[in-house]
Amino acid sequence: MVPIAYYLVLAAVLFCIGIAAFLIKRNVITIFMSIELMLNAVNLTFVAFAHMWHQVSGQIFVFFVMVVAAAEAAVGLAIIIALFRVRQTLNVDQVDLLKN
Amino acid sequence: MNPQLLWLIPILPFAGFLLNGTIGRKLPRALVATIALLLTAAPALIVAQLWLFMKSAGAPLALSVVSRPWIAVSGFQVNFAFTVDHLTLIMLGIITGVGFLIHIYSVGYMAHEEGYWRFFAYLNLFMFFMLVLVLASSFLLLFVGWEGVGLASYLLIGFYFTKDSAANAGKKAFIVNRIGDFGFLLAMFLLVAHYGTLDFNTIFASIAASPLTGGIFTAIALLLVLGATGKSAQIPLYIWLPDAMEGPTPVSALIHAATMVTAGIYMVARCHVLFDHSPAALTVVACIGAATALMAATIGLVQHDIKRVLAYSTVSQLGYMFLACGVGAYSAGIFHLMTHAFFKGLLFLAAGSVIHALSGEQDMRNMGGLRKRIPITFWTMSAGVFAICGIIPFAGFYSKDEILYQTFISPNPLHLLLWFVGLLTAGLTSFYMFRLWFKTFFGAPRFDEHHGTSQAPDLHANQLAAVHASKTSTLVLEAEPEPSHALAHAVHESPWIMTLPLIILAILSLIGGWVGIPAALGGHNEFEHFLAPVFASAAPAAEASSHGLEITLAAISLLTAALGFFIAYLFYYRKPGTAAALAAKYRPIYSLLDHKYWVDEIYGRFLITPLLVISRLLLNGLIDGGIIQGTGAGLGASARGGGWLVRSIQSGNIRSYAGWLAAGAAVVIAIVLFGHHGLPH
Repeated sequence: MVPIAYYLVLAAVLFCIGIAAFLIKRNVITIFMSIELMLNAVNLTFVAFAHMWHQVSGQIFVFFVMVVAAAEAAVGLAIIIALFRVRQTLNVDQVDLLKN
Repeated sequence: MNPQLLWLIPILPFAGFLLNGTIGRKLPRALVATIALLLTAAPALIVAQLWLFMKSAGAPLALSVVSRPWIAVSGFQVNFAFTVDHLTLIMLGIITGVGFLIHIYSVGYMAHEEGYWRFFAYLNLFMFFMLVLVLASSFLLLFVGWEGVGLASYLLIGFYFTKDSAANAGKKAFIVNRIGDFGFLLAMFLLVAHYGTLDFNTIFASIAASPLTGGIFTAIALLLVLGATGKSAQIPLYIWLPDAMEGPTPVSALIHAATMVTAGIYMVARCHVLFDHSPAALTVVACIGAATALMAATIGLVQHDIKRVLAYSTVSQLGYMFLACGVGAYSAGIFHLMTHAFFKGLLFLAAGSVIHALSGEQDMRNMGGLRKRIPITFWTMSAGVFAICGIIPFAGFYSKDEILYQTFISPNPLHLLLWFVGLLTAGLTSFYMFRLWFKTFFGAPRFDEHHGTSQAPDLHANQLAAVHASKTSTLVLEAEPEPSHALAHAVHESPWIMTLPLIILAILSLIGGWVGIPAALGGHNEFEHFLAPVFASAAPAAEASSHGLEITLAAISLLTAALGFFIAYLFYYRKPGTAAALAAKYRPIYSLLDHKYWVDEIYGRFLITPLLVISRLLLNGLIDGGIIQGTGAGLGASARGGGWLVRSIQSGNIRSYAGWLAAGAAVVIAIVLFGHHGLPH
């Protein structure tokens, strides 16, 4: 049996990659993908603990996260398309009209 | 009689003020006047009924009515409470009676003026506060009336507020009165500190039972005197009254001659118990009164503005009343107050009628020969002049004589000096009043007749009138544009609505003194007996002792008045040049009097200028500009600086926000992981 620590370390690594990508990348779609990556890292920990404690609630929770993520992706992509139509760019550094 | 009716006496004029003050602008003039007159006549009727009640047999000595508590804190309570005793009754009679007559007169006098509704609203407001003042049964409520009449006086002096001199005179009156009010307030604080109440009866009872001795008591009395000098225009605060003549003439008659300025005398008389226990304060009152009487009379000798002469004579007569109070003859003071209200109200109204006749002319150098042109004004004014000069049997003779007699026999060590000053003032009064009389009504007309006769003014007449107007405005010290309907009609007698009050007041000036004919002259001095319950503790002893002395003194003062008349006759009727020659001969004295002893200038140099400098530099520059504004500006600047610092965080850049978010999360995690080592479990 694989020890729980392995899953957790993998999840932490994935999460950190997500954060790093979120901070570093300028393309709004890449940023969006990094958010999905962080969500999935969290999902992995849920599943790992559910397996360890033999409890089904953690797995159900993951389904909820996936549903919400799907809905969020739909809304998020719609926003991105609207943004592109207005600004003709996907670079977040050029989308800063709300400052001050 | 139902004591609750007392509430109505002041409230009715107040209702008139509210009505005219709010909707009066839209009402026709006749309705405005009707409201004002009705709501002044109604209190007069109530007072008449009250008078009958108080005179009837078995009536109580005082009628009181008390409301729910007004101010109630632990150990101190003030109610809205009115008390009517015989002193108040006389004041009520003067205020409502003379006040009503002056209201009638104003209907005619103000007929062509702008702001008709405003004038009557203010006048009714004044009536309200003045009635509160005399009805009050505590120092605090008296003070409410005291301040209120000051406000009404300010508003009415500055009635022609577009004119600088009128606005300034209003301010001057208000500010000078503020000094007196300050003294009054301090006196009230001391009274609260020592007696725990401001109710007249309680305080006077405890003073009578066990008088406080020492400095505090004298201080209270002197502070009250300071208040009285402000309101009643005595040295050192008399300077506002002559300037107050900027107001319309009925205002001068009502507020600055008959009623408001007597509030100080009323207050001193009301507090007679207090003053009786403080001989030092009484001596101060007597000296102030005598000095003011003499000083104002000497200034009055050389004034040219008809209203100014009357103003200084008012100051002088108020000095007499102060003198009477100062020698303990309160009822003589109140007697003179009453007769003075009649004849000085009459003199002002008659002067207003003269001014009206001459379409706004106030300078006596431009009058003369008016006797035949305005006969009713002439005869009524003559009654006033005779009364103020103390010619028997006019009212002023009895009251003035009573004061001089009481001064002469008073136990005060200065009594002979005070008496002599009073007598000298009587002579001067006679001189300057007959000077006014001769200059106004006798001799050749000195006014410009073209002024009036141009019924259909063509271009030439207009030019002439303009030239004349500019000439007079430079000539007259305070040319007020009062009846501004000028230049349209000839010298004319006033309408009946103005002459009727004149006639009534003239009759009162003649017979008003007969209620106080002293026993020495075959009377009963009913006035003094009427007031005896109020001034019971102050009853002077020597009543029947010296009829001969009293008659002698009366003869002396009558002779003095006759001498004044004779000199005025000589100077201004027989040989009109004499006065000018004398003035040229004694240039410095004339100049001193003409400049009113330079008192305004001295005050300006030594009091007002330093005060202004301190206010500008220290209070305005340093404290207001430096500390208060500096604090505000400093707070604002620090907030702006802080905003400038943290504003750079809000860049609008999503990645920077995400970075802060991540950093924050990292800090939270670090605290959760490692922070608990530092926390006690």
